[in-house]
Formats: sequence, structure tokens, C-alpha cells
Amino acid sequence: MDVVFLTFILVLSIFLGFELISKVPATLHTPLMSGANAISGITLAGAFLSAGATDPDLGKWLGVAAVTFATINVVGGYMVTDRMLSMFKSKREGEK
Amino acid sequence: MSIGLIANLSYILSAILFVFGLKMLGSPATARRGNLLSSMGMLIAIVAGLTSKGIVDYQTIAAGIFVGAIIGSLAARLVAMTAMPEMVALFNGSGGAASLLVGWATLYTGDISTFTAVTVLLAILIGGITFTGSLVAYGKLSENINSAALVFTGQRIVNSLILIGILVSGYLFSVEPSPNSQWLFVMVGLALLLGVMAVIPIGGADMPVVISLLNSYSGIAACAAGFAIENNILIVAGSLVGASGIILTNIMCKAMNRSLANVLFSGFGAVKQGKAIEGEVKPVSVEDAYYLFEAASNVCFIPGYGMAVAQAQHVVKELGEILEKNGAEVSFAIHPVAGRMPGHMNVLLAEADVPYEQLVEMDDINPRIENVDIAVVIGANDVVNPSAREDEDSPIYGMPIINVDKARTVFVLKRSMASGFSGVDNPLFFGENTRMLFGDAKESIAGVISEFN
Repeated sequence: MDVVFLTFILVLSIFLGFELISKVPATLHTPLMSGANAISGITLAGAFLSAGATDPDLGKWLGVAAVTFATINVVGGYMVTDRMLSMFKSKREGEK
Repeated sequence: MSIGLIANLSYILSAILFVFGLKMLGSPATARRGNLLSSMGMLIAIVAGLTSKGIVDYQTIAAGIFVGAIIGSLAARLVAMTAMPEMVALFNGSGGAASLLVGWATLYTGDISTFTAVTVLLAILIGGITFTGSLVAYGKLSENINSAALVFTGQRIVNSLILIGILVSGYLFSVEPSPNSQWLFVMVGLALLLGVMAVIPIGGADMPVVISLLNSYSGIAACAAGFAIENNILIVAGSLVGASGIILTNIMCKAMNRSLANVLFSGFGAVKQGKAIEGEVKPVSVEDAYYLFEAASNVCFIPGYGMAVAQAQHVVKELGEILEKNGAEVSFAIHPVAGRMPGHMNVLLAEADVPYEQLVEMDDINPRIENVDIAVVIGANDVVNPSAREDEDSPIYGMPIINVDKARTVFVLKRSMASGFSGVDNPLFFGENTRMLFGDAKESIAGVISEFN
């Protein structure tokens, strides 16, 4: 793929990210952080190519390790965020 | 339609889900659904990634996912809420490690252009810093290593040498990129070392900044890996995370009135000492505290890291409920950098079932702090230190604080008279309207509660 095209995507996504997150209440800073952290495990989608290669060279094993680490990040990140968010209760919910 | 096209269309869908997910994480009412949406986006991206051409061996992939999912889910389930900062640091580190490894593994996929070589180096560098930096942050947060800032003479020289080494080995590698290049290994080693060196001079109270910064790095590392393997979903998701981390970092720095450079490069506390404080400390007994609580109609709790250490969030909530039944207005004022990660206190109080409407931010409480009958400071110190407002010589001068000294009465729950993390004396303790409730915060509050019963 064209480098310019990829850079184009990069720049637009950064702007989008800044716009999206600029107004988050302090209450949600931790879940936001750990939720975003889970998203950074997206590297997983890129690790398959190396991990699924035929030649059992070092590259393949690096890929498998990457898959493992990224899965920890994704699964752990989303679960821990959900666990935290399940505790955030409104007063009204509590009285129901 | 070819499989490649379907995969790319799925990436668009998952990018949309990430964007909506992050958007919904911005409001307490929708946050949980937002996280769910974003995890669906992740699932779609993963399935799409699995269809890419060239994947032959699914067994090793399945094994990797299996092991990772077990470790990740066990860690997420079992971790105590008070250990959340170090857990987030660990997950963050594993994301960095993944980006480093993906970049490195890309070198084995065939001929490498100079551009790819440079992006691989960036993935290795940023991923490596994120990995070891997060591990050191984990060590400091869990107190496995000394959480104080570690500064030694010649630190800057060592760091400069590492940076020069990275530039030189990076250049030599890019000239002749090969997976067997010795410069590659030098690069990996230096990146890992730099992560350690970057975090050890940063002390415990500055951890909110470090954690959000490392969070940002993990996104940027994913971005670099995305360039290396020319995958646009990595670039989109990575830059969203990178941007959110930078925003949080910025909020944390502002809350301490310090520049990012100042947090990263100066060990806090090694600076000039403010005025010595003279005065008398007025201790108060649990019984006397009870009488004051009983008569109060507006009580505000100001929690800090000490509340997490004493695990006092549940008794604090209980006391809050009792006071409300007694007719008092109860709120919890939270300073942006209280605790060890952004929003740390909010998570702890949420765990104790405090409704989020009762959690107020610094800017909301300060204008009406004069109406507060009792401000209860639990394990917080620097964030309520009036020197930040009044004493120009104080190292924390200029940092926005919660003005508890302007409340009618201040209770400070504290184990001893030791100064806060920054090592700065706190004139609040000697204030006219301040009463010190010495002892373990959890026991003191439990004592007040038993007086009520």
C-alpha cells in the first residue's frame, strides 16, 4: 500500500482521537485508559501473518509470542474495563 | 468479492466500532456499552486478520491465543481493585511487547525496503520502551521496587549514550536491513534498556502521568507496527489510543502545574525547600470527631493514595451513608492526580458502591468549599497543601489544589506527621481549623461509625 495513503489515514485518525476524547469526566479516566489500552492490542490482527507462516524460523516464533502477548492485552484489557465499569453505579440504579 | 476486500471492509466496520466505543466511554451511563462495542470491533478485526493470505499454520496461532486468553482473563478476574494501577501497567506492557515482536517478525517475511526497515525499528523502539517502562511502573506501583525517584549522577550522560546508540545502530541497520543483522539485536537491547531508564527516575506520585504516557506509547507502537506490515486497522486503532493517552497525560500534567518534560526528567522533591512551618498540631479523639460529624450538615471527603493503602473505601462509604441519613449533604472531592493512576480514587469509591453523582471534581468543589462544615482528608497530602497557593518558594507552588483549608473544619486522617510524597511540609496540618485524627484511616472511621450506632 502507498505510504502516502497510510500517512493520510494516520493523520486523520490522530485528529479524530483528539476530538473524541477531549471531554471525558475525571470519573472515567481509568476505564477510558484501560479501554483504550485494550484497543492497542489490535497488534494481534497483524501478528497472525508471522505466527501462521510455514517455515518454523525465528520469525514464526516471534509471531507466536506476539499473538500471546497481544491476546493478554486484548482479553485482559476488555475484561478488566468491564469489571470496573460494572461497579460505576448511579444513585437511581442503586435504589431500583 | 475477494477475501482481501472483505477483510478490508471488516476493518472499516471495526474502526467505526472503536470510534463509537471510545465516544461512549466518555459518559458514565453509556460507558459499559461503549466498551462492549469496542470489544466487538476488536473481534471483527481479529477474524478479518485471520483470513489474510499467507497464513498456513493455524495451530500455533490457536495455541498463542489460547495461552494469552487464559492469562489475560485470569489476571482480569483475580486482580483486587486496589491493585488496578499495576494491572493496567502490565496489560499495557504486553501490548508494547506485542508491537515489538510483530515489528521484529516482519523482517522474516521477505525483502525489506528502507521504509519498512525504519518503521520496523520504530515499532521495536517504542514497543520496547513501552514494555520495560510498564514493567518498571508495575514494580513501583506494586512496591516490588522502591517507588521513590531513583536518580544517580551521570544519569543524563547514560541516557544520552543510549539515545546515540539507538540512532547509530538504527542507521547501520537501515542501510542493510536483515533479520540477522547484529545491529538489530543492539537495537532491541537498547530499546528495552531505555524503557527502564525512562521510568526509574520518576517517583510514585507522578505515576498517573507515566501510566497515561505509556498508554499513549502502546498505541503509537501499534501504529508503527501497522506501518511495518502495511495494515490500516493497526494505524487507525493505534493512533486513537495514542491520542487518548496524550490527552490524559496532558490533563495529569496540568493538574500538577508541571510540564511533561519536568515530570519526565526531574526527580521530584530534590528541589528547593519551602518555608519552614511553625505552629501547633491539634489532635482530636474519635469521640470528639463524632460530635462534630453529628452536628455537620455538609461533609466533603477528600481521598488520596492513603485511602487505597488503608483499604478504607468501604468504611468511608458507610460513614457517608450514615451522615446522609443524619441529614447531611455528602460529597467526595477528587483531585485529578489523587492516587497512582488517572481516576484511581473514582474506581475505588465505585467499588465501594458510592454513586458517581456524589463524586465531584476539584473545580466544582472549590467555589463552594466555604459552605462545607467538615472536610475529611483521607490519606491525601500534596493535593490539599495550601503552600501550592501561597508559598512561592514551595516546590509545588502553582499546582491547583482542593482548598480544604477554607472549609469550616478540616479533619486530617493520617498515620503520623511524615510529609507527603513530595517531601514538602503541609501548613494545613497546623491550620486554625484543622484537627488531626491520628491512626489508621480505616480504624479511625470505623471508630466514628461505632459511635453513631
